[in-house]
Amino acid sequence: MSEQQKPKKPKIPRQKMPEQNPIERAHNFYEVALGYDNDLALLEASRCLHCKKPYCMAGCPVEVDIPDFVEMVKKGDFIGAAWKVKEKNSLPRIAGRVCPQESQCESKCVLGKKGEPCAIGRLERFVADYAAVHGEGKTPELPKPTGLRVGVVGSGPAGLTLAGALIKKGVAVTVFEALHELGGVLVYGIPEFRLPKAIVKSEVDELRKLGVEFKTNWVVGRIETVDDLLEKAKFDGVFIGTGAGAPLFLKIPGENLNGVYSANEFLTRANLMKAYLFPQSDTPTAKGRRVVVFGGGNVAMDSARSALRLGAEEVTIVYRRTMEELPARAEEVHHAVEEGIKFQLLTAPTEIIGNETGWAVGVHCQKMVLGEPDNSGRRRPMPTDEFFDIECDTVIVSIGNGANPLVPSTTKNLETNKWGNIVADLETGKTSKDRVWAGGDIVTGAATVILAMGAGRKAALSMLDTFGIK
Amino acid sequence: MFEILEKERIGPGVNRAVIFAPEIARAHKPGQFIILRTHADGERIPLTIADKDADKGTITLVWQEVGVTTYYMGTMCVGDKLQDLCGPLGKPTHIEKFGTVVGIGGGIGVAPLFPITKGMHDAGNHVITIVGARTEGLLIMTEDMRKVSDELLIATDDGSFGIHGFVTQVLQSLIDKGTKIDLCVAIGPVPMMRAVVKVTKAANLPTVVSLNPIMVDGTGMCGACRVEVGGKTMFGCVDGPEFDGHEVDFELLMKRLAMYKGPELIALNKFRETDRGCQCTFPGGA
Ligand SMILES: Cc1cc2nc3c(=O)[nH]c(=O)nc-3n(C[C@H](O)[C@H](O)[C@H](O)COP(=O)(O)OP(=O)(O)OC[C@H]3O[C@@H](n4cnc5c(N)ncnc54)[C@H](O)[C@@H]3O)c2cc1C
Ligand SMILES: Cc1cc2nc3c(=O)[nH]c(=O)nc-3n(C[C@H](O)[C@H](O)[C@H](O)COP(=O)(O)OP(=O)(O)OC[C@H]3O[C@@H](n4cnc5c(N)ncnc54)[C@H](O)[C@@H]3O)c2cc1C
Ligand code: SF4
Ligand code: SF4
Ligand code: FES
Ligand SMILES: [Mg+2]
Repeated sequence: MSEQQKPKKPKIPRQKMPEQNPIERAHNFYEVALGYDNDLALLEASRCLHCKKPYCMAGCPVEVDIPDFVEMVKKGDFIGAAWKVKEKNSLPRIAGRVCPQESQCESKCVLGKKGEPCAIGRLERFVADYAAVHGEGKTPELPKPTGLRVGVVGSGPAGLTLAGALIKKGVAVTVFEALHELGGVLVYGIPEFRLPKAIVKSEVDELRKLGVEFKTNWVVGRIETVDDLLEKAKFDGVFIGTGAGAPLFLKIPGENLNGVYSANEFLTRANLMKAYLFPQSDTPTAKGRRVVVFGGGNVAMDSARSALRLGAEEVTIVYRRTMEELPARAEEVHHAVEEGIKFQLLTAPTEIIGNETGWAVGVHCQKMVLGEPDNSGRRRPMPTDEFFDIECDTVIVSIGNGANPLVPSTTKNLETNKWGNIVADLETGKTSKDRVWAGGDIVTGAATVILAMGAGRKAALSMLDTFGIK
Repeated sequence: MFEILEKERIGPGVNRAVIFAPEIARAHKPGQFIILRTHADGERIPLTIADKDADKGTITLVWQEVGVTTYYMGTMCVGDKLQDLCGPLGKPTHIEKFGTVVGIGGGIGVAPLFPITKGMHDAGNHVITIVGARTEGLLIMTEDMRKVSDELLIATDDGSFGIHGFVTQVLQSLIDKGTKIDLCVAIGPVPMMRAVVKVTKAANLPTVVSLNPIMVDGTGMCGACRVEVGGKTMFGCVDGPEFDGHEVDFELLMKRLAMYKGPELIALNKFRETDRGCQCTFPGGA
């Protein structure tokens, strides 16, 4: 590299990540962002100042050693860098793709004060992909089995992280998953074009190689309860990582019309069941011409962009606030705009209109204005007396997920809060029930992949501590 | 993978298979169902557990060929394996000694009614079972039903076997005779359940129906199975599949069941053109 590096004011701009062009990608399910190559990674890493007081780390929920791993990238030691990341984050290929970096690590990077922050997420993705392709260099040595056994309910990022952390300490782990595929939201929710399923599969295979046992099609609470796992199957501990899997609806008229989906259903059909291959695959889904999506989070963006890829002519996101308040990752909003998704902002749906055969044909909407900030700090949307209709044939309700009551309702003495989330110590994952830990979305409510992973890691440490394993 | 140990055709387009699934057999209670996938690109479909043998570790499924997945299953043979089998799902039937229980099964609904009838009978109820079909050839599991019923009444729409008439007429005549009935359980095509409920509502008889909305996961995650009961939206897979028949919005259920009629037909036509599954011969032919 010939560019000069001035330590204080980097001249090198933040390196863009190559991606599929928007016109093409709007019609395929291949990954949108293509990742850095070696040169781009070296260039981007060279921007990092290797700060003595790395603010970036404080922004990362699992405190990845960012300065050191980026330093290793600078030196061309990509595999070493991947190992550095993995000390804290066991699923870096996933986090590098889906973390809301702009509000976490990158939001705190000093480079961001005067210019653009270091692209930590992209570098993390690069080194982890590099290590996966070029061999990890070493497989971790497993200690002698301790004879202890832990049962894990749910194979989302929380459960997988916990499984990895325990198996490396000689604790046998069995993961029970309700669905036929492992990975939780990573496989049924987040679409292929954002997180290829092959990556999730390779992470799961890695755990399997280490000896983690997986049981799919296994709904805890129906086939066996948590109490059965402890008492009959004699597990020494159980971790509940069942996620926030119960879709919420607005409870407005017309929500049970044909053509109205929860985002979970729409995305499950499209991703997990590969409805985009129908009729090669057997699961059908609406191939809407005009699709309306309610909500403004990642789930809404994923639903809108999936609908577009399934062949919709027009996809409109209906959101109560403005672009500034959209809770989705900035990159996803940007991609959605590029792909031609329309945004109907400051708008709340009040009714879904149906025809005589029971199909949705439109959405009745109310204009909103922003009022005073509410206790989340965001300005509260206030209704006006202006109404209008949007014509459509498909509606995707993407306003969030609540807690699935199946496990709490079938487990004795497990405390939940008023939203049905399991009450657990955020530092240790301990619940009100002896030998039972919980973490991820089932405890916090719908949050992020990295927080779920962090919760899995903390619960693993607490279990090891309880078991007396160093 | 879940192996098919026995398979037979018990009526035109109706199959029965015994499948090795020891954990499900052990956990199963009447009223519950499974969700299966035949192969890696297959869809998830729910079928009721029609019987089980916990000692042998088997469950019995009975299905009617209506579309791609059920036709494909019709071509599967002993020794073939189902890719996935998830269950038991759904709330078990509330079984206790009610007194006299009348079970009403129409068409393929006789299969899901069987374990409930057995459960009610084992609990000491006086069980009167009414099974019906369009014509004699379509009657299924009548001998199984006879074993678990105190009285068995058979009706065909065309009079080719048993009583000439609908199950609702048989039920009405029981009521008219002054039979003391404590609970009705009706399972069958939606129009049949709706008709039964009309009769029992007039006679003020508590009635349980088992609903069959379109499902995907079966765990409460997707909401595809939404039904309206007493004006409230419920998820068929976790809040049911059994509900108070007097409160169910059957019109909505019918409309929602037709949601994929278009694509399902396309898929079925395409399926018929291609050879899928093992091509062994079986009684009854394709
Ligand atoms: C469409 C979508 C897009 C998202 N995008 C992002 C993003 O870009 N970035 C980000 O950080 N976060 C994103 N999130 C949020 C993130 O995916 C979740 O916060 C995270 O997956 C939670 O992990 P978890 O391990 O707690 O649970 P989950 O991932 O929800 O996994 C729970 C698992 O438990 C299983 N389970 C449930 N009940 C039972 C039972 N009784 N028995 C057995 N198994 C059971 C479920 O089937 C599931 O597989 C997104 C979420 C969705 C839905
Ligand atoms: C709890 C429950 C228990 C059931 N038990 C039995 C049983 O014991 N025996 C039996 O023969 N049938 C049963 N059914 C119905 C059975 O699931 C459908 O007949 C089957 O899914 C049809 O699939 P297909 O691909 O062959 O036909 P398709 O052509 O795909 O569908 C035919 C019709 O079946 C319904 N259907 C389609 N997909 C689904 C789905 N995923 N879930 C539910 N219904 C669907 C729709 O109304 C559709 O129009 C049950 C349904 C439910 C919900
Ligand atoms: S795990 Fe997420 S927040 Fe932490 S460094 Fe990586 S991308 Fe940033
Ligand atoms: S704050 Fe930014 S510049 Fe400093 S070490 Fe972290 S990533 Fe590098
Ligand atoms: S089938 Fe998905 S919630 Fe009932
Ligand atoms: Mg089908």
